[in-house]
Amino acid sequence: MSTEIRADGGPVWMLRDSWTEALRHLRAMPRSPELVMFAIIQPIMFVLLFVYVFGGSLMIPGYDDYTQFLVPGIFAQTVLFGSAFTGVGVAEDMSKGIIDRLRSLPISPASVLVGRTISDLVRNALTFAVMIVVAFLVGFRFDGSLFEAFLATVLLFVFSYAFSWVQAYMGLSVSSVEAANSAGFIWMFPLTFVSSAFVDPSNMPSWLQPVADANPFTILTNASRALYNGRDPGADPWIALAWAAGITAVFAYLSARKFARGAR
Amino acid sequence: MVVAEGLVKRFGSTEALRGVDLEVERGTVLGVLGPNGAGKTTAVRILTTLLRPDAGRAVIDGIDVVAEPRRARGLIGLTGQYAAVDERLTGLENLVHVGRLFHFGKAEARRRSNQLLDRFDLSDAASRPVLGYSGGMRRRLDIAMSLIAEPKVLFLDEPTTGLDPRSRVAVWDQIDELARTGTTTLLTTQYLDEADRLADEIAVIDLGVVIARGTAAELKRRVGGDQLHVVLADRDVLPTVAELLAHRAVGEIQLDRAGSSLTVPVADVDGIVPGVVRELDAAGIDVSDVGVRRSTLDDVFFALTGRPTQVDPVGEDG
Ligand SMILES: Nc1ncnc2c1ncn2[C@@H]1O[C@H](COP(=O)(O)OP(=O)(O)OP(=O)(O)O)[C@@H](O)[C@H]1O
Ligand SMILES: [Mg+2]
Repeated sequence: MSTEIRADGGPVWMLRDSWTEALRHLRAMPRSPELVMFAIIQPIMFVLLFVYVFGGSLMIPGYDDYTQFLVPGIFAQTVLFGSAFTGVGVAEDMSKGIIDRLRSLPISPASVLVGRTISDLVRNALTFAVMIVVAFLVGFRFDGSLFEAFLATVLLFVFSYAFSWVQAYMGLSVSSVEAANSAGFIWMFPLTFVSSAFVDPSNMPSWLQPVADANPFTILTNASRALYNGRDPGADPWIALAWAAGITAVFAYLSARKFARGAR
Repeated sequence: MVVAEGLVKRFGSTEALRGVDLEVERGTVLGVLGPNGAGKTTAVRILTTLLRPDAGRAVIDGIDVVAEPRRARGLIGLTGQYAAVDERLTGLENLVHVGRLFHFGKAEARRRSNQLLDRFDLSDAASRPVLGYSGGMRRRLDIAMSLIAEPKVLFLDEPTTGLDPRSRVAVWDQIDELARTGTTTLLTTQYLDEADRLADEIAVIDLGVVIARGTAAELKRRVGGDQLHVVLADRDVLPTVAELLAHRAVGEIQLDRAGSSLTVPVADVDGIVPGVVRELDAAGIDVSDVGVRRSTLDDVFFALTGRPTQVDPVGEDG
C-alpha cells in the first residue's frame, strides 16, 4: 500500500518544486486585497509626492526636467523596497510552522526559498507596471530607445532579486514577523537616501559624498537613469550586475544553509 | 521501525535531551508522555530531520535520519505541535500543494486530497480559505496533509492540545483508524488518558530522559491504578463490602470509617460502576454514592519522580 520514496531530487525537480511553491504565494496574493492595495498605492504616492513636492525646488545639473532625473530613482527605490516582502513572507511561514512542514518533505530545500523569491519578483513586477503608468501620467518619458528602457528595467529587477535573498536570510534569522518587517526596512532608508536616487550627491556634506558614490544603489540608479534617458551609462550597468551577482551568490548560499540546518 | 538511541540535544545551557532511547515497533503506536518542557518536541524534531542531535542516533526503517535525511523524509509524515497550514489557501489547495511537492500529478494529487478531505470530514469546507477554519478543523487538515503520500511512519506532536472535547474525540477517532490500518505512529501528549486511549506503549519522558515505559495499565499499576470510591449508608458493612470488592482490587483497599466509605485501587475504571452497583445491590447493601478517579499524568509523575509536574502555561513552546 505504502508508496516508495517519492519526490526525488535533481535540478529539474528543484525548479518544478520552486514553481509549485511560487504558485502557493501567487495564488494567495489576490486574496489579501489590502496587501495588493498598499503595494500599488505606495509607489503612486512616492511618484506624486517627490515629483510635486521636490520637483519645483530641485535643480539637477544636466537635467532640464527633474522628473526625468527623479523617476528612475523612485523606480529603483520602490523595486528594492519590494524585496522586503520576501523577509516578511519567510518569517510568516516560519512562525506558522509551514517551514518545518516543508523541511520535513523530501524536496530540495532550496526550492522553498527560490519559490518565495520568484513569487516576490512577480509581485514586484505588478507594482512596477502600475508605477510606470503613473510616471507617464506625470510627464516622464523614455528618452532613449525602448530597448534601453527594457535593459534599465531588467537591471532594476536583477538587483531587487539579489536583495530578496538578503531579506530571505533576515527572515530566517529573526524570531517574529514584526521583527522581519522592521529589520527588513530599516537599513533600506539609508541605502536608498544616501545615494543619487533623489539628489545629486555632490551637494551632500563632504564626508557623506564618498559613501553615496560607493553605494551600489547609486551605481544601480545611475545605470538605469542613463539608460531610461538614452545616455551612455558607461560601466555602471556591469558594476551593478556584478554587485547583484555577488549579493545573490553570498546570500542564497547563507539562506540555503540556514534553511537546511534549521532556522531555530 | 523507529529506533532512537542516546539522543542528546543542548540549546545553550539547556539540556533538552539527555540521552533519550525510544523504539516504535512496526504497525504500533508509541505515546511519548511528558509535561511542558520535557523534550517531546525536541525528540520529534530530531526524528523528523528538522534538528541534528548533538549525540546519539535515530533510524527509521533502516535509514539513519542524520546521514540520509532526504531518504528519511520520504518515509515520514509530520504533524507538528502547531498546525502548519497556509491560512491563505483553501483546505483542498493546501492538500494538493503538499501532494504536488511529493511529485504526484495534478489529477492524482487531487484524488488523494479529496479522499482525505472526505475521511477527515472536511469536504464541506474544502473550498473555503483555512483562515476561517476552527482549531479542530485546522488540526484535522494538518494531519491529513501529513498523510498525503501514505507515510510509513507518522509523527504527531501533541495532536489534541488546545482542542475542545468534541474535536479531541474526532482526532482520536482518526488516529485510531490510522492505527487500525497499520500506520506506525509516534505521538506525544501531556495527558495520560490520551496516551491510554491511543497508544500501544507509552514512554514517560521528563527533563530530557525516559523515566518509564510500558503499557498504560502497567504504568497505572505502578501508581496504584485508578481508584473506585464507594460511600455506604451504613458504616458497619464496610468490611463486608471490602471483601465483596476484593476481586477487583489491584492493591490495598482503604477503609474510611468516619466517612463510611472505601477506596479500591483498580486497574481500569472504565465501565466499572454499573457492575459494582449491581453486585452490591444483589448483596443487599445500601450504597449512597459510587465515584471513580482516574490516575493522571500527575499521579504517574509524582509516583516516578517524587515531585509534581511543573505547572507551565499550556501551549507555550520552547
Ligand atoms: N530552540 C530552542 N532554543 C532554546 N531552548 C529550547 C529550544 N527548543 C527547546 N528548548 C528547551 O528545551 C527544553 C525541551 O523543550 P521541548 O520543546 O522539546 O519540550 P516539550 O516536551 O515539547 O514541551 P511542551 O509540552 O511545552 O511542548 C525546554 O526547556 C525548552 O525551553
Ligand atoms: Mg512540545
